[in-house]
Amino acid sequence: MKSFELVQPATLEAALETLPAARDTKARDSVKLLAGGQDLLGELKEHLVAPDTLVNLKRIPGLDRIEHGADGSLTLGALVTLARIENERAIRERFTLLAEAAGAVASVQIRNQGTLGGNLCQRPRCWYYRHEQAVCIKKGGSECFAYGGLNKYNAILGGGPSYIVHPSDVAPALVALDAQAVIRGKRGERRVPLEQFFTLPSEGSVLRENVLTSEEILTHIVVPAPGAGSWRSTYLKFRERGSYDFALSAVALRLSLDAGKVREARLVLGAVAPIPWRCEKAETALVGRKLDAETCEFISRLALEGAEPLEHNGYKIPLTQGMITKALRKLAN
Amino acid sequence: MSDPQSTPGAQGAERNVFSRRSLFRGAGAFAAGGLVADAARAAATPTSTRLAGVVELELEINGAKQKVSVEPRTTLLNALRNHCTPPLTGAKVVCDRGSCGACTVHLDGQPVYSCMTLAADAVGRKVTTVEGLAKEGELTEVQRALCEHDGSMCGFCTPGFVMSITACLERKPGATLDEIKHACAGNLCRCGTYPHVFEAALAAGRALRAKGGK
Repeated sequence: MKSFELVQPATLEAALETLPAARDTKARDSVKLLAGGQDLLGELKEHLVAPDTLVNLKRIPGLDRIEHGADGSLTLGALVTLARIENERAIRERFTLLAEAAGAVASVQIRNQGTLGGNLCQRPRCWYYRHEQAVCIKKGGSECFAYGGLNKYNAILGGGPSYIVHPSDVAPALVALDAQAVIRGKRGERRVPLEQFFTLPSEGSVLRENVLTSEEILTHIVVPAPGAGSWRSTYLKFRERGSYDFALSAVALRLSLDAGKVREARLVLGAVAPIPWRCEKAETALVGRKLDAETCEFISRLALEGAEPLEHNGYKIPLTQGMITKALRKLAN
Repeated sequence: MSDPQSTPGAQGAERNVFSRRSLFRGAGAFAAGGLVADAARAAATPTSTRLAGVVELELEINGAKQKVSVEPRTTLLNALRNHCTPPLTGAKVVCDRGSCGACTVHLDGQPVYSCMTLAADAVGRKVTTVEGLAKEGELTEVQRALCEHDGSMCGFCTPGFVMSITACLERKPGATLDEIKHACAGNLCRCGTYPHVFEAALAAGRALRAKGGK
């Protein structure tokens, strides 16, 4: 990797000072934020990024805090490791799918260092993107090589002009939990629903996967209290390799039941679209239904409506439908 | 709430080592840097540090403090193997991309990939390598069990497995086969010795429990 300067700010304000202005397109890529480093070091080693400066966020006090609010909400600092989310009892009990999703990320070694913020902001895994010599549309080129190339792992929903999938496990879980992203910039703080944090390649810039500008830092994720009623949730991940791998498809499902019928639901898919893919039509259709075989069949079809597979990823449709059915059955019992 | 494993520890010690290189020390640094941006940084961040070029880091490896001269981009794996005296070559360079686990070491007792860790990020934390496990030439239960159960073929992955299994059994000597597999999911053995490795881990767990572990 190229040599860089490592800046280790002691405060968030100091970190923000080191960031170049978003409108300065030349300087924009010269600074990268370092959290757990599990994605960034790979990008540096593959020469996908070559910043002059790395800003290490790990010395900033408070960013690694987990707070359970009196109102039942959960606030997670962006530097909280995935291992802590996976293992903290209160999270396992009250935000089951989040703990399940964090535990599904990569390996123990990566979860011990990888952070929540880093996981949400990780770059795509598409092998064209990850190839140093492939100047694809995500790297300023003019075409998505996956579209007409080997696209087994690419998007079936929301694709174009890039067909990456978002690789995060915790992102679909947090969207299903109605989480909010807290973003700090030089001019203050803004909060966005996590669902709106992620951007399709056809919205905003194709070079980015979220709304963060180069002057901003994702500092916290706030998960609201589960709410009244009997909420239950699960995260299911299907991977090619059993030990650890990125998802081929993933399902984050959260619902509340009332006398055996669905009162409210969230259904978010992972690894099938460039963003965590929320299935609002299926969520609405679930309301008032019993979780029987007919519902599973209907909902899993509805959720994949509009899917447009490429040459090699058609398998993701029946795979994802099967996983939605499995998730619904799991929460029915 | 905060977990000692993930909070950046002992920052004071690090700052002493870095102090010569800190450019955020007010007007002097500003005059030297001569840039408006540096002025803003200097004013805003009196205790921030900035590492560039070759820097001296103090690492705590296997209980002993050691100074290494490395660059900010130097990984912990590289620092251990090429910048320590004597060189610590137990952690292996294989994929160098956080996939295979041959470079696994402990940071504050937790297994991590040293190839995906900057040496600078290990400052103020306790680094344990496979060389640091045996005491006075006496192998640990995990190491002994791997020998007894024929847990390696070419042996290149073995130090990584030793580190992953050791961390797993330190947390839970009664770990089940599934728990051991989960703990070793980030370690690859291309010879395919997994069944022997898992047998060894279970045997080591039994031996540790017999010695009075949890």
